[in-house]
Amino acid sequence: MDITEVPVSEKSKGKKKKTKKTKAKDMSAEGDIQDGDVDTKDGVKMESEPGASAFPPTFSVSEIKNKQRRHLMFMKFKQEKRKQKMTIRKKKKKERIALGDKAPPKEVPKTIENQRVYDETTVDPDDEEVKYDEETDEFAAYFNGLTNPKVLITTSDRPRGRTVRFCEQLATVVPNAHVYYRRGLALKRVIPQCIARNFTYLMVINEDRKVPNGLVLCHLPDGPTAHFKVSSVRLRKEIKRHGKDPTEHHPEVILNNFSTRLGHTIGRLFAALFPQDPQFVGRQVATFHNQRDFIFFRFHRYIFKNEKKVGIQELGPRFTLKLRSLQKGTFDSKFGEYEWVLKRHEMDSCRRKFQL
Amino acid sequence: MDVWLGAETGLLKGVSVSRKQAVNFSSAGATRLSREQEVRALCWAAPGEAEVLVGQADGIVRTFSTEKGAFASSRRCGEPADGCFSGLLALGPALATCTETGAVRVWKEGEDEAATEVQAGGHVSRMRQSPVEPQRVATGGKENPLKIWDLENPDKPVFSAKNLRDTYLDLRQPHWVRDMAFLPQSDKVVTCTGYHQVHVFDPSSPRRRPVLEAVFGECPLTALSLTADGLTVAVANTQGQMALLDLRKGLVRGVLKGATGSIRALQCHPALPLIASCGLDRFLRIHSLEDRKLQHKVYLKSRLNCLLFSSSDPNAEAPPLKVKEEEEEDEVWDAMEHVHEQGGVHEEEEEVQEEDQSVDKEEEEEVQEEDQSVDKEEEEEVQEEDQSDHGPNHGPYSSSRCIGHISIATA
Repeated sequence: MDITEVPVSEKSKGKKKKTKKTKAKDMSAEGDIQDGDVDTKDGVKMESEPGASAFPPTFSVSEIKNKQRRHLMFMKFKQEKRKQKMTIRKKKKKERIALGDKAPPKEVPKTIENQRVYDETTVDPDDEEVKYDEETDEFAAYFNGLTNPKVLITTSDRPRGRTVRFCEQLATVVPNAHVYYRRGLALKRVIPQCIARNFTYLMVINEDRKVPNGLVLCHLPDGPTAHFKVSSVRLRKEIKRHGKDPTEHHPEVILNNFSTRLGHTIGRLFAALFPQDPQFVGRQVATFHNQRDFIFFRFHRYIFKNEKKVGIQELGPRFTLKLRSLQKGTFDSKFGEYEWVLKRHEMDSCRRKFQL
Repeated sequence: MDVWLGAETGLLKGVSVSRKQAVNFSSAGATRLSREQEVRALCWAAPGEAEVLVGQADGIVRTFSTEKGAFASSRRCGEPADGCFSGLLALGPALATCTETGAVRVWKEGEDEAATEVQAGGHVSRMRQSPVEPQRVATGGKENPLKIWDLENPDKPVFSAKNLRDTYLDLRQPHWVRDMAFLPQSDKVVTCTGYHQVHVFDPSSPRRRPVLEAVFGECPLTALSLTADGLTVAVANTQGQMALLDLRKGLVRGVLKGATGSIRALQCHPALPLIASCGLDRFLRIHSLEDRKLQHKVYLKSRLNCLLFSSSDPNAEAPPLKVKEEEEEDEVWDAMEHVHEQGGVHEEEEEVQEEDQSVDKEEEEEVQEEDQSVDKEEEEEVQEEDQSDHGPNHGPYSSSRCIGHISIATA
């Protein structure tokens, strides 16, 4: 009966270790005697009682039905693991100090950006065909200096206060931008009128439940239309320690991390929003930073304190974009041809694969 | 080469899936890419698959020889003002072109003017040839129903389809034929429309309305291709969804996944159960029809407009280049050891140089002719003749490898 009871009480012993130490000690005494008969795993567990770090039971914590006991076992397991990790770290640190200069270089921790699956559409700067493709795409007129950007900002119908303020702040950030109320107009009718008045961009902020959540950016003469999901919008007064309002100077533009062919197209789309001559007097900079397919927009004012130190002050709205689709012509969601469409089930299955 | 593609930047690309290479060809003389020479239509010049007709956006049709790897001739077939080519066919020594404004013209060899001209409506998206009778062509476009013409009697269409019945609200149904294909055994024609419908028409029946109607997706269907057995049809739409539809009942059999952008051209292999697709996302994808899995994916740097599947087996390993490499190695050894064999070595070196030059020419030449390849594809699959395999079978083939770069053919 001892033998039959031991397995059950072995596990319970472990959990009740904290509450009923005397009983545990009894069981451990028994366990030593019955070492041969009992499974090695239980025997090992017995020996782990006094504090040794051998805790590789072949049982798994999830087999225990009682929630409290399972929780206690899990805590124990975690503590064991932490202890082991600390000992390994201390050992390694000692070795490093002992070796001094000859120590092997520190291992770089694995991050998702490090482990990114190589994208074959990554643009190679020497590639002629891609260079030609980019030079003659729809933004060629802007990049050759033939047109100046003129942006029309509008919203979806009947915008609420937050969206309206967001549009106004965007208009201060983007030079030569005009905000108009939507008033139920159809975009397909708005677009020819914009082209006639020499607008180069149409920006439509979509609103849902009083909060801006989408952005349609349409390059006007015949250019691509990008549809983004907007999240994390912070207006000027919600930003801590923000600076005074931006001035009328043209900001500089920073585009980070747009490496693939699609990323290049989107990067050019953002770059063509701003005039090509940044006025450094204004010391303002707009940053579009792409990380893991999310594009973070920030607007700062900088000042160089000396050659090495620079102070920055965040002005302006802050928001995050995620590309949902890129369509070849001007806005035509029904009959337009899409160059890229986000398909969540196919694209989001691998955590280390990114499109931009 | 297994697949020929036409790109927006004016290049004709030849992709050899077995050798995992993609080579660019451009028209003779022009070393730069040019968007005016956007390739809009591709088709085989003759059933032997030795020459490719490339129709460009500026109205020029060039002939490309696949064996020599160079452009042979060119002729002007229309002005750019007429619109881009929406169809290109070979009729023996003559060729027939169709522009987007609806003008179907037959050009006899050597002449500058069209021999026959047919006005096929206001807008024609596609023109295709019947595999059984080369003189019959089908055209269709936006608000322009399917019409089947006999090029020898170009006055009236042989068959003109009727629009669908009015809806239950008595509103006229819009229709926009994007692509069509002739069914191999019978007279019937399958079309796909911009309103995500697939119709089957039977000219031999007195009924001018579609015999079968099927729906797929919510976006315009851009390309269509029949499988070799004629029972399944593959369609693709502007969001990159490709599906196989059964023609007996009109149900969706399955979906081919992977494409992210609008698919401009689709073609089934004439003999094997493979299907190739290319589109605005700059990739060539080859799926297997049996298990609908992606077998090959090639990144091709420019937006692709049309494609031609050759009858060679893409899964067969192609060795001719390896032979050349061995020859080069021999030359190196010969040059090093035996001085008195210089005569032979020189000859071999000359051969190698010639090969290199031809390869360089290939790379410099960049064809910018984009034609809607779907027409060509369908003609190809129809011309199922015994084509020479471009290489004997070699060992196991690793599938689903991505061909990334453009490489020199002798590498």
